[in-house]
Amino acid sequence: MTEPTIYELSSPGRAGVTFPDPDVPRAKLPDSLLRADLPLPELAEVDVLRHYVNLSKYNYNVDGGFYPLGSCTMKYNPKINEDTARLPGFTFTHPLQPIETVQGNLALMYTLQEWLKEISGFTAMTLQPAAGAHGELTGVLIMRAYHKDRGDAKRVKMLIPDSAHGTNPASSGMIGLDVVQIPSDARGNVDLAALKAACDETVVGLMLTNPNTLGLFDEHVEEVVKIVHECGGLVYGDGANLNALLGILRPADVGIDVMHFNLHKTFSTPHGGGGPGSGPVGVTEKLAEFLPSPIVGILEEGNDDMPPLFGFITQKKTIGRVKSFHGHFGVIVRAYTYIAMHGADGLRQVAEYAVLNANYLRTRLNKTYRLPFDRICMHEFVAEGKVEGSDIRALDIAKRLMDYDFHPPTNYFPLIVHEALMIEPTETENKVTLDAFADALIKIAEEAKTQPELLHEAPHKTPFGRMDEVKAARELVLCCWLPEDYEKK
Amino acid sequence: MTYIPHSPKERDVMLATIGVKSLEDLFKDVPAKHRFPKLDLPPALTEMEAAVELQELAISNENNCTDLVSFLGAGVYNHYIPAVVDHILRRGEFYTAYTPYQPEISQGTLQAIFEYQGLMANLTGMEVSNASHYDGATAVAESVNMAYAQFRGKRTKVVISPTVHPQYRETLRTYVQDMGLTLVGDDPLLISNLDSLISLIDANTALVIVQYPDFFGRVFDFTGLIEAAHAQGALVCVAANPTALALFKTPGEMGADIVVGEGQPLGIPMSFGGPYLGFFTTKKAYIHKMAGRLVGETVDNRGQRAFVLTLTAREQHIKRERATSNICTNQGLLALAAAVYLSLLGQTGLRQVAELCYHKAHYAAEKISKIKGYELCFDAPFFHEFSVCCPKPVAEINDQLLEHGILGGYDLGQDYPSLEDHMLIAVTEMNTKDEIDALCEILAEVNHD
Repeated sequence: MTEPTIYELSSPGRAGVTFPDPDVPRAKLPDSLLRADLPLPELAEVDVLRHYVNLSKYNYNVDGGFYPLGSCTMKYNPKINEDTARLPGFTFTHPLQPIETVQGNLALMYTLQEWLKEISGFTAMTLQPAAGAHGELTGVLIMRAYHKDRGDAKRVKMLIPDSAHGTNPASSGMIGLDVVQIPSDARGNVDLAALKAACDETVVGLMLTNPNTLGLFDEHVEEVVKIVHECGGLVYGDGANLNALLGILRPADVGIDVMHFNLHKTFSTPHGGGGPGSGPVGVTEKLAEFLPSPIVGILEEGNDDMPPLFGFITQKKTIGRVKSFHGHFGVIVRAYTYIAMHGADGLRQVAEYAVLNANYLRTRLNKTYRLPFDRICMHEFVAEGKVEGSDIRALDIAKRLMDYDFHPPTNYFPLIVHEALMIEPTETENKVTLDAFADALIKIAEEAKTQPELLHEAPHKTPFGRMDEVKAARELVLCCWLPEDYEKK
Repeated sequence: MTYIPHSPKERDVMLATIGVKSLEDLFKDVPAKHRFPKLDLPPALTEMEAAVELQELAISNENNCTDLVSFLGAGVYNHYIPAVVDHILRRGEFYTAYTPYQPEISQGTLQAIFEYQGLMANLTGMEVSNASHYDGATAVAESVNMAYAQFRGKRTKVVISPTVHPQYRETLRTYVQDMGLTLVGDDPLLISNLDSLISLIDANTALVIVQYPDFFGRVFDFTGLIEAAHAQGALVCVAANPTALALFKTPGEMGADIVVGEGQPLGIPMSFGGPYLGFFTTKKAYIHKMAGRLVGETVDNRGQRAFVLTLTAREQHIKRERATSNICTNQGLLALAAAVYLSLLGQTGLRQVAELCYHKAHYAAEKISKIKGYELCFDAPFFHEFSVCCPKPVAEINDQLLEHGILGGYDLGQDYPSLEDHMLIAVTEMNTKDEIDALCEILAEVNHD
């Protein structure tokens, strides 16, 4: 059943692609600087193709089925986006070309900046960050730079709710801030009393995910923002859950100061088996001059006969560049295509139906599984992966779902729910699929009582079974080599 | 156009099941005065219209395939990408999957990353590779985070060569601002002096960063520098061009502790700057401080060889504020592109590409150096990029080249004041002799004007 590694498939003397002989005289190679051997595999083209096609068959994917992975917004990825991102007019442009030769790219980026501003309510935008966590890093650097610029250097604390994604504390910790965890209250909101107690003149700000990772819209969001602002802090919005808010609420309208977008969640650019993402950051007026550089702007206004000249602008007090070049342009083209096709009404429908689907599943499941916060949710909800009278765990339920040909929900997150199963159906699934999924989960709860071993040992119908993760961590086999090199290693 | 599959009847049944009357009723927690803002966006397009609009934007660029002949590199290179690479990338099984957190149904991605790790380790001469960073610049920045963690914050100095890509250095400065680290060596006036870099290394140095070939295309053996750094107990990170590694001694062989770089040359389109691939390889001894995902071999409960994400306790979702890095989403699909590219080319193909680059660049350099008014800036060995001292401002020359459909080289004066009128020219296997000859002809004309 297993596929050999690419190195095991190698046989000396094969080539998958050849190149023309040089049309110039050969230059002398500097002998003392050359490497002796190049241990790469040797295969024919068809062997390489089949190998990767074979591997691809072992992957569950959105094209193939329902992927209700909480916090990840695994919606359908429109195929036209793949085509537009691959137009040669885009892919064959070099990032350092003169701006006059890439006005199409720059117009597209400028327009996307404007659209994201309109959708979120922010006044300035950078498309440079590479992913959500990278956007967070950008955001927290901007927040600190803002305080320092005001001569307020004593702010070293970042407040983070206990339901937050791990990237929030990691982003703050990475730049040397002290993280203070804020508990949630009984309804899943930020605990206002705890927040007030933590707010003082050393607070950089609060990183707020709203809707939070329980899928709940914070019922006191304006109060939360007010408390943080009153102590001089800023509020960071984690845009991972923006899918629930498109056309519903512009985060800046409730006082969020800075927020990242996940184009690979909300605007349906594919996840690629773990990237590339794209994490644009929007800010309010007072933070605009700290954005990473460059951003795309209009250098010369256009008129009836002439389009404007787009180019790059460096912000006055920029935190600096956060990566090379201008961001994940290929991802940006996909997001642009997606928004262009949706328009304002379409985007609002995205949020409405994402929330409809989540609430429908929640209602179908809340008699079978305990929901620690059973109220109208947004785009996702969290159930406890336990069944009364059975010792099965969230992990067992997740693995058993694979036998019903579904991708499991996110499990063991958020950390504040024991045995969490975090379910995000997205708007692109129909009722038939949702019903089949709910039926499977209800049946699994039955199985948990009648045939628990079926769950403990699941999955059964997948090409691979449960993994020995301890062996992987103990032996640390992290590389493959040519067969003749194995002994050397 | 939306991708919502519900019929009105289904929607109504669902609303009734939930117990609300309308979709609006689902949003009562959202403050009423801000609820349902009117968004000022252009009218929605159908797929047909969107395809036209995007094509219009694309063709309003001048591209390096049908419009321009390019000699521009500076960290991004126009290489041939075999058809198979994108055919694999376009498989929905790969590109519409998530991070492989459920290994039973993600073996395709996991094994591909495992193979990528092996290919990169072998290419760089190192022991382990992670599953990727965002790009070359952030991989360099993460090398500092790793070294800083390795010394538990006790060494606070980083020596970085000014011949590391200017944007990598800029990114690094952004990452480490206010971390209490001192960056030294980042002085554009030090450009041709390895010894002066060595003199900056001391017992407080956590990491020394150099580039190979350097930003000017030059190839130096860093063995001496690495020995000097190790004598002070410091680690060394080499930012390498992966195509060059097909030909030249590996940083691993020179003793480097970390080898990072921009993986774009490995089958990834230039695409106006991204998405690319930051590769990160190191010695096994340092993996616990390395950021990013890592795939390891194991067996499943049926005895089959299989792969899982391993040592995840290093990462943000477990370690939260104590993680070395916040990285989560990386460049999975681009790592797959690199794996397919390297598998297809193999040792023969990759070496062929590297040699083609080398021969053509040397032909171009030789020819340009004979044009009146132009000379090569450095006499060190180089790979596929070289610096030329020009008789006129680079911007002026490039304007004239562009009129002839040629995208000239990078203007080094932008980053290095002492290199005003210096152009960095890149030549790859995509450039023909005729194109190089045409470049030379126009360069000669420019000087006569």
